[in-house]
Amino acid sequence: MAEVILFYFLMAFILIAALIAVETTDLLSAVICVGAIGFGCALFFLFLRAPDIAITQIVVEVLALVILIRVTISRNATFVTGDREFFASVVSVVILMMIFLMAVQVLNSLPAFGDAVFAEVTDSASKTYISQGMEKTGAANIVSAVILDFRAYDTLGEATVLFTSVIGAAVILRKRPRKLPEEPQI
Amino acid sequence: MKGMSIIIKTISSWIKILIFLFGIYIIIFGHLTPGGGFAGGVILASSYVLIMLAYGRDYSEKNLPLPIASKLDSAGALMFIAIALFGLFYGAGSFFWNFIQVKFFADGHAAFDLVSAGTIPLSNIAIGLKVAASLFLVIFALSTFRPAENNDKE
Amino acid sequence: MLYALCFLLFVIGLYCAVVKKNMVKIVLGIVVMEYAVNLFLIMLGYRIGGIAPIAGPGDVEHGQMTAGFINASVDPLPQAIVLTSIVIGLGSLALMVSICIRIHEKYGTFDITEIRRLKG
Repeated sequence: MAEVILFYFLMAFILIAALIAVETTDLLSAVICVGAIGFGCALFFLFLRAPDIAITQIVVEVLALVILIRVTISRNATFVTGDREFFASVVSVVILMMIFLMAVQVLNSLPAFGDAVFAEVTDSASKTYISQGMEKTGAANIVSAVILDFRAYDTLGEATVLFTSVIGAAVILRKRPRKLPEEPQI
Repeated sequence: MKGMSIIIKTISSWIKILIFLFGIYIIIFGHLTPGGGFAGGVILASSYVLIMLAYGRDYSEKNLPLPIASKLDSAGALMFIAIALFGLFYGAGSFFWNFIQVKFFADGHAAFDLVSAGTIPLSNIAIGLKVAASLFLVIFALSTFRPAENNDKE
Repeated sequence: MLYALCFLLFVIGLYCAVVKKNMVKIVLGIVVMEYAVNLFLIMLGYRIGGIAPIAGPGDVEHGQMTAGFINASVDPLPQAIVLTSIVIGLGSLALMVSICIRIHEKYGTFDITEIRRLKG
């Protein structure tokens, strides 16, 4: 039970960081608070027995902070000025509250935290991966076996998405627009 | 962008080697210990980002020229697809069939060795190259952009 | 209860993305939503007193996994899916940030209500 109390503390840390990140008026503080959320998530993953995800999350968070500080730091507008109109904000908050209350009803119908859902299903895919992943692929790290052998299509799609994002960033940040050769000069 | 002070330059020239080696370790041992191509690739990219932040953009472009980076990116993707196609055409396989494991390591004598698990270490290396080159290119594109009239002080 | 708190994190991110006027704040809201979804997926696969899904030399007997490992390991499937999702999130974050930089160069502001009017 001590572990679950630790999870509540970590969750409280993450929620407080999220609230500060949303409500502060300084953009640089908001970016640093999002970094705090990311590192809190990395700790959470470590205690949820997912060391692969924890390593990846820490490293990705460092690079994401570099990217986000790049956009905020050397701009002249680092302070936020106000929200949208009052009426629209109130309507949004009410709708979000309704979504949250309905979702709590749904989430209560899930199995309690810590009961392995996959262990009660007969012939679930996760059970097969755990019991036969090592002898079928030879990899001791079962997560690695899943992403590179059983579900390698996912990884292929991920490579495609990363390639697309590189091309998109390069096109958007291009220095001068390329002119078509047959474009008429006015 | 001239880079930072001499202290940061000296220390980062030592630390970049350690970060690079750690990334290679994470990639190569990805099938035995936590880690793998994704985490190792991001670590490799972050070692070049450290050089870029400490020494400035020009030095980092001299260190890893952009054409080579984009060729590494394509090489990673092609290597991954080549592994998949080998599995399709070698024997009675299917796409992403782990043919090395089935042909050579099927009796399990090489379990927990560095050379085991068939195509998984090769795929890890391919994914690591792909992720490292892609993220380096993205951050390089973000750092080269400077607006026309709104002068940045980087 | 932890699931509900995790959804609360998602709702905070959604609030930030819907209500705020600053473009960087909207990007931060989307990033917070992404963290919440990753956290929820990993939480679903957890079991109390479990071990990480990485086998050691003591977990294999005669080429088969021992029953202790099978009955104690957490779910590897959400971990594999979230692993790709995190790296894709970094790529899409870079794309969003580059769009923000481009718009700031064209309009000189991050405020989306001022961007809405056309400016030659």
